[in-house]
Amino acid sequence: MLSIKDLAVTFKTRKGEVDAVRGISLDVGKGETLGIVGESGSGKSVTSYALMRILDAGGEIRAGDVTFGGIDLRAASERDMRDIRGREVSMIFQNPRAALNPIRRVGHQIKDVLIRHAQATRQNAKQKAIAALEAVRVNDAAARYDAYPFELSGGMCQRVVIAIALACNPQLLIADEPTTGLDITTQKAVMDLVGDLAAARGMSMILITHDLGLASQYADRIVVMKDGRIVEDGTPETLFTDPQHPYTQKLVNATPRIGASIRSLLPAEIRTAEPVHKVHDRPLLDVRDLVKTYPGKSGPVHAVKGVSFQIKAGQSLGLVGESGSGKSTTSEMIVRLQDPTSGHILFDGQDIAATPAARFMRHPVRRDIQMVFQDATDSLNPRDTAASAIAEPMSRIAGLSGAKRRDRVAELAELVGLPQPLLSRFPHQLSGGQKARVGIARAIALEPKLLILDEPTAALDVSIQAIVLNLLVDLRARMGMSYLFVSHDLNVVRLLCDEVLVMKEGEIVDQGPTADVMGAPKHPYTRALIDAAPQPPRPVAA
Amino acid sequence: MAEMTASSSQDRSQKGDTSLGHIAYVLRDNPVTMLAFGMLAFFLGCAFFGPALVPYDPLATNAARALEPPSWDHWFGTDNLGRDVFSRVIVATRLDLTISVAAVALSFVIGSVLGAAAGYWGGWLDAVLNRCLDTIMAFPLFVLAMGVLAALGNTVENIIYATAIINIPFYARLVRAEVNIRRNAGFAQAAKLAGNSDIRVLAFHIFPNALPPMMVQVSLNLGWAILNAAGLSFIGLGVRPPTPEWGIMVAEGANFIVSGEWWLAVFPGLWLMLAVFTFNLLGDGLRDIVDPRKRT
Repeated sequence: MLSIKDLAVTFKTRKGEVDAVRGISLDVGKGETLGIVGESGSGKSVTSYALMRILDAGGEIRAGDVTFGGIDLRAASERDMRDIRGREVSMIFQNPRAALNPIRRVGHQIKDVLIRHAQATRQNAKQKAIAALEAVRVNDAAARYDAYPFELSGGMCQRVVIAIALACNPQLLIADEPTTGLDITTQKAVMDLVGDLAAARGMSMILITHDLGLASQYADRIVVMKDGRIVEDGTPETLFTDPQHPYTQKLVNATPRIGASIRSLLPAEIRTAEPVHKVHDRPLLDVRDLVKTYPGKSGPVHAVKGVSFQIKAGQSLGLVGESGSGKSTTSEMIVRLQDPTSGHILFDGQDIAATPAARFMRHPVRRDIQMVFQDATDSLNPRDTAASAIAEPMSRIAGLSGAKRRDRVAELAELVGLPQPLLSRFPHQLSGGQKARVGIARAIALEPKLLILDEPTAALDVSIQAIVLNLLVDLRARMGMSYLFVSHDLNVVRLLCDEVLVMKEGEIVDQGPTADVMGAPKHPYTRALIDAAPQPPRPVAA
Repeated sequence: MAEMTASSSQDRSQKGDTSLGHIAYVLRDNPVTMLAFGMLAFFLGCAFFGPALVPYDPLATNAARALEPPSWDHWFGTDNLGRDVFSRVIVATRLDLTISVAAVALSFVIGSVLGAAAGYWGGWLDAVLNRCLDTIMAFPLFVLAMGVLAALGNTVENIIYATAIINIPFYARLVRAEVNIRRNAGFAQAAKLAGNSDIRVLAFHIFPNALPPMMVQVSLNLGWAILNAAGLSFIGLGVRPPTPEWGIMVAEGANFIVSGEWWLAVFPGLWLMLAVFTFNLLGDGLRDIVDPRKRT
């Protein structure tokens, strides 16, 4: 139905022309779901923008044919394209909240599309919009019709976006990273919904994602893109069991899955033996009855409702939960950025919760508890070079200066695998993986005893994630640090952690050694989380 | 941040190179910015060297040659007391620039401190400050400046204070908003973990990130402050005659336009316009220079 031949797209930038897509050809049949998988910069999104003819300024289709149901999309007039977009080909975007107009009721936004494409009249538009909301399984659709986007959860917003996209019964749906930023159980619900709707309507779909596991679960056929080219094309099973191209092999290896070890994520040629880390019996951190209650407009909000746990010296503890579970609040209290409402945090036997967060920077334990933040970009000051970011804790806490500090920065950069010339760069000149390394180097600069890792790889491509996770394993063995690894990705926690805690609504619902909790989940919520995680087909031993 | 780079000579030399190179790049990239910086250099030259270079004493009267139209002797003509308009216009540059730069610097500093504190700590501090600023902004600003001058007496310092007071709310509001969106940013939290106190986090990590939009505001305000000072002089509340100042010269010259002696008002007015124009054009360039993201 859709056929792309030798498509090439270039962008004009300050540094000359950049080829984003270099001659790709693909076909999507009726009712087929095609997965386009690739890492950032592979040109997967640009391909879809090009066929919708919504490229950013400076982007231009240089060559190739795009035919959709017999219409040449490249030659179609802008007026025809406006009719095609939304009615024939629809798109769902990455961030559902950004895709909705924040000041219009969601029902009206659906109505707009229906009226624009003459699918409804003013009289019956509301009724049809409610039907569209019901089709995406929004509970109480008539009431939600009048809601504003900010009143809805992320998953609910994405359902509304899907309702808008499907309102006019398009023949092709393009889903560009539709579940990035959503919780894992929400991801499953949204993807199942999209899959069911596509099947029920005989609609074709292009699923663009960086997650090979997700694509393999929902796509009939997958193309793997790299640097604007398609490197491999096949069914999910063949891609996983018998990847041909070295890049596909690398991607397949790097995707965390059951049965993988942390080293097996790396390409075979750079694998080394996994270092062992020693767990002592002495508890390093002992959290007792930690409570955090925020004053809210409609009564107090109980973010953390009395959690108690221990981390032994050298141990890695995984803290798993979805957004709103209180896992971030807990970790911020432990790292002393927030004050608990009540409870104790004993670090080496000393109650560090007794010192308020605002005065904690002078506490001797400050250097022993450090954190790696979730969003590496956000956690680096845009005005500071990588070197000054890494040097900051050393100059403020350890009082290092001059040549000593410079040498230490160089040493840390070496340790985290950051090339020396990059140290003088600003964050916006670094890639995501490099920024993550800067964040890690800064956190380990003072050789802390406890490192809190708040989803350090959530924003990274899988191959970079594999390298960063292995770096963390090496550092742990080398420096004897304990980790509190906060994550929603169970497959990653499984690889890195000795023990795991599962939090839900401010309480710990499940805890124990990782193998036990993951292998035989006792709590239904843990089981739901494990079931929701996409499981790629197992590859043959690589 | 400054001490960190200063301690390492290697870092410093690298930074110096890139800063100069960066300024050159910004100027080359945008001809309008280049033009604005050229005109700024011209006005600064006038301010520093003008009094030494002008052909006539700006205060010397010559009744014999009063109200002469522009000629080779007197490029901009002479006024009703026979003073050379060209000399007076050039000499006035120093006073007008001093007033506007001093007033803007003062309001920048005070506004930044107030706005940063309000944006970072929030709560009652924020509420009190915002209501105070609302009160200032509720006055017609020019009338407020007139009131301040009438109460304190019209000296150059008081013109500066009056102009600064009416500009403070704009800076405080801007800084408050910029600081507020960054107070829980990851890099601010990371700075706290690195042992920085709240004040250090605010001053060295969050505030510098608010500079790019501030620079646009500064340049627009410089032009506006000149207009304001000239306006105050025009209505007789600013600089006193016979001191050369663009506003007064326009005010005095206005009386003669009806009788055909247009050059008395037009040339100081033109200079005023050019100066304001320069500062308005300067904004984007200044912003690009202080924004590290433009360094590629």
